[in-house]
Amino acid sequence: MINLSFPFTEEKIRALKMGDEVLISGTVFTGRDAVHKYLHEGGALPDGVSFQDGIIYHCGPVMMKQADGSYRCTAAGPTTSIREEPYQWQVIRDFGLRGVIGKGGMGAKTQAACKEYGCVYLHGIGGAAQVLAECVKKVNQVYFLEKFGSPEAIWELAVVDFPAVVTIDSHGNSLHEAVWNQSKAALAERV
Amino acid sequence: MSHLLDSLVELIRRTSAEIPDDVHRAILASLENEQKNSLAANAFKIIDQNIALAKNKSQPICQDTGSILFYVDAPVGYDQIAFAETAREAVTLATKKGFLRQNSVDSLTGKNDGTNVGPGAPAFHFHQHRSAVVSVRLVLKGGGCENVGAQYSLPDDALHANRDLDGCRKAILDAILQAQGKGCGPGVLGVCIGGDRATGYELSKTQLLRLLDDRNPEPKLDALEQDILKTANELGIGPMGFGGKTTLLGVKICVANRVPASYFVSVSYMCWAFRRQGVRLCNEGKIEQWLY
Repeated sequence: MINLSFPFTEEKIRALKMGDEVLISGTVFTGRDAVHKYLHEGGALPDGVSFQDGIIYHCGPVMMKQADGSYRCTAAGPTTSIREEPYQWQVIRDFGLRGVIGKGGMGAKTQAACKEYGCVYLHGIGGAAQVLAECVKKVNQVYFLEKFGSPEAIWELAVVDFPAVVTIDSHGNSLHEAVWNQSKAALAERV
Repeated sequence: MSHLLDSLVELIRRTSAEIPDDVHRAILASLENEQKNSLAANAFKIIDQNIALAKNKSQPICQDTGSILFYVDAPVGYDQIAFAETAREAVTLATKKGFLRQNSVDSLTGKNDGTNVGPGAPAFHFHQHRSAVVSVRLVLKGGGCENVGAQYSLPDDALHANRDLDGCRKAILDAILQAQGKGCGPGVLGVCIGGDRATGYELSKTQLLRLLDDRNPEPKLDALEQDILKTANELGIGPMGFGGKTTLLGVKICVANRVPASYFVSVSYMCWAFRRQGVRLCNEGKIEQWLY
């Protein structure tokens, strides 16, 4: 198990290899369908948000507003990443992302961007909303809550020991590609 | 608050926070079967921790609390309109309590009003029967697994799938291959062979109401279910698509008549976070018995 802590520098990211299991600590921002489409169409990040040497988390959490106006994260597993495949490479290139947390893997464009710009895809355990919510120690801030609604907003989260697997590294390797090729061949022998 | 409203909020809470026993047993058996310290085994460990945590905290197993699907069996004369009104109220209340995420979006405007109630949401499937019993089953079906559902129209040239059970087998196995990683596996398949497009999908989902360890009373379908489960678990896709021995936890298949021109195979994929519960209600609407 490798500890991966903020800031997520290119050096730390380049040292990771496909299949590595990591525990992520530091600030991560959620962002999913609406955010990616918005950025792709030329939208700007809100003041206070920077993805430079940062990690984006494909997640629409359940957030409960507390009496003092703050938020508590009560469920926070990853959502399916492939929907962001048309946009992710561009967000990596233009905003300096070093990591993308999600589930289900991503395609060739993201894989190429990870290699070129120094980024990794970090696979969380889909459906494990409670284990992962426990890793969210604080909800620092929320952006675009009105604009996109709660699941699609940008939530700034302080996470500690968030477990993930490097399934696309910055050296051109993808576990998704490997499992796809191997399972496709295995199926061909059985039909 | 009426008894029915109380009962439905409790049904939603328990469905969202607790994995049914049959599914939990299958997950634990699969964990044992995976190679120690592999990515697959470690994924299962987190899954198992999550199941315990969600139950203890009474919080959603998965943050995507899904499409809300009610299956109601009720006697002739049962007031379905009143039930639906109460169920919509229960959904709104359960959302306020955090058992459900604010998860329902107006498809035209993109607005999410935070109630989980709107056109088609929640969805109701009422079935009249001659018995006096009222039973309500609830499935919360997340979007990740719903997105990898698939419908094949046979023959399918690319798959070399003809209009026979072997063709169905090829189509179903292709759906499993295509779903890898994305549907939060290991999954459970509900399949319908035949029907029109809408009926086929609807019946494929009702297969998910079956217990995982039941057996299909139709021998040909039973054989197909067992064969697909075994074959899928030989593909090496594994939990989360990390590789491993467990790709599916179960396969359930039904048939419906078709018109001569059509031959659909409709596949609904359910994630490991299989949220399905049910209750039998007494006359006042109180919970008499849990069904899973």
